[in-house]
Amino acid sequence: MTSNNMYAELAKRNLKRQSVRTILAAIGIIIGVIAISSLGILGNSLKLSVTDSFADVGNKLIVSPVPGEDYITDKQVALIKKSGNIESVIPVASSGELIEYKSGGTTIQSYVAVYNLERDDLDKLVELEEGRYFKPGSTDCVVGSSVANNLDLKPGQKIEIDNSNLRVVGILKERGLGFDINTDSGVFTSAEMYNKLYPDADEGYDTVIVIVDDMDKIDAVATEIEDRINKKDELVTVFATNLITESLDDAFRFISLFLMGIGSISLLVAGVSILNVMLMSTMERTKEIGIMKAVGASRKDILKMFLLEALFLGVIASTAGAILTIGGSYVIMSLIVKNTSYLLTFSSMFYVMEGFLFGIATSLLGGMYPAWKASRMRPLDALRYE
Amino acid sequence: MPENIVEIKNVTKIYTLGENKIYALNKVSAKIGKGDFVTIMGSSGSGKSTLLNMLGCLDLPTSGKVLINNTDISKLDDDRLTSLRRNNIGFIFQQFNLIQTLTAVENVEIPMIFNGASPAKRRKKALQLFRKAQLPAEYAHHKPNELSGGQQQRVAIARALANDPPILLADEPTGNLDSKTGHGVMELLRELNLAGTTVIVVTHDPRMEEYSRTTIRLQDGEILR
Repeated sequence: MTSNNMYAELAKRNLKRQSVRTILAAIGIIIGVIAISSLGILGNSLKLSVTDSFADVGNKLIVSPVPGEDYITDKQVALIKKSGNIESVIPVASSGELIEYKSGGTTIQSYVAVYNLERDDLDKLVELEEGRYFKPGSTDCVVGSSVANNLDLKPGQKIEIDNSNLRVVGILKERGLGFDINTDSGVFTSAEMYNKLYPDADEGYDTVIVIVDDMDKIDAVATEIEDRINKKDELVTVFATNLITESLDDAFRFISLFLMGIGSISLLVAGVSILNVMLMSTMERTKEIGIMKAVGASRKDILKMFLLEALFLGVIASTAGAILTIGGSYVIMSLIVKNTSYLLTFSSMFYVMEGFLFGIATSLLGGMYPAWKASRMRPLDALRYE
Repeated sequence: MPENIVEIKNVTKIYTLGENKIYALNKVSAKIGKGDFVTIMGSSGSGKSTLLNMLGCLDLPTSGKVLINNTDISKLDDDRLTSLRRNNIGFIFQQFNLIQTLTAVENVEIPMIFNGASPAKRRKKALQLFRKAQLPAEYAHHKPNELSGGQQQRVAIARALANDPPILLADEPTGNLDSKTGHGVMELLRELNLAGTTVIVVTHDPRMEEYSRTTIRLQDGEILR
């Protein structure tokens, strides 16, 4: 600190001198910062709450037969397995089914999806909540959490599919919306039982889920699988689930941007009020500027003094705005949503930081013209000003 | 004859008011030697304030030359004019023109800030100047409005001396003071002059003439011989 602390001192005292006006201008900035950062947080929380309900991170490829082809054959599955950058290949056979469950005297019916899935493969997609997995060759089954909830199922109870009784031995954890298969509303059983239920199903699989080991290679893997299988004719389509997560990200980016755009309008208003306040104070201090110039202040000195004042105002008001945003959001979220975890993420804090910086930038921008005007005053005119 | 610190040659200043041209100064020439004590006398409208503003580099002539320490001010841009003013001229005003948000000692420090002096150095110098202006040190941390007129003018004189300028310019320095206080201020200016500073005082008060060695009388924009 050389000669600057006197400028700082001067700026501080000038802000104090018109304390009511300073506070009003600061409130404008505070509201602007709160608006821009809380709307940013709102958009971000919205995004997090939606994306959290998706189980997938988008590292999967879904291979399905093209219309006209009924199944994916074992040979095609073998071709898929030859592709590089694959963590695992999960062939899935499934059928929609109306199941019946007797509770007391009444019979409850519900549509579910019945899957034939190797136990190891199922393990890769979802965890077990209670009970155990079915043994190979048994007539047992495990059910998804929605099925268990809707039908009030417990391990040990029986459900009826196509006149066959299946014993529920395990219940799966809730997984949320997936892009591959919906485990929550599925019934999983052994290949033997599945083939007994659907005798003509042994020709192949309905879908093959491919988990890639490297997100960046997902498009390359998709192309490789298509190239391997669709040599002569179009037999399968490969769908990369990251397309969904990417377009969701895009959508929410626009929502956040839009919300922050609304917030920045209030910051714009705050900027105009800073402009107004600073213009008034340059007018009032015209004589003072004249004195300063007469005793040796250059244009740069005057410019520096007024910009420093705007900077002080901006930093103080933006800090207050940022603190109020974090505090306010915390209170609101814990009272209404009862979940503050979305607030304390990096991306939410990023919006607070952004609001803070926008607040300071607005103050500086608002202070720029008055400072420039003050620095251009002719000392003689300024001295004569009463 | 000592070296001239101020020289004005054929200076004319014209103010245009609508269609009318007003000659505030009409082909005025004068020389002020180093270490002189000059009073510029004249009634209001005689052009004495215009002349003072030019000597203080606050205004530029319409034609003619103003040389301050051998530098022609009409050829300088705003920044160079500022630095010439900062290094050569100390201003003393009728209204004192102290900055109300700052304490007395801070007011004295202001010109030194613009000259880039360090805080410790300028505080030390400011307190020295307080003594030089015969101000009790206990007033250093008072705000200007807590001081009497005479004390305020002494603070202003201390401020004018901050960067050790060779020239002091005073515009009616006793105009807002009673005669006893006014004489005290003039005595101080005389002492500073005796220590080597060139003092130029603009006044319409004939009693001030007794302090000066040279008098320039202005009437209707011309020097009376």
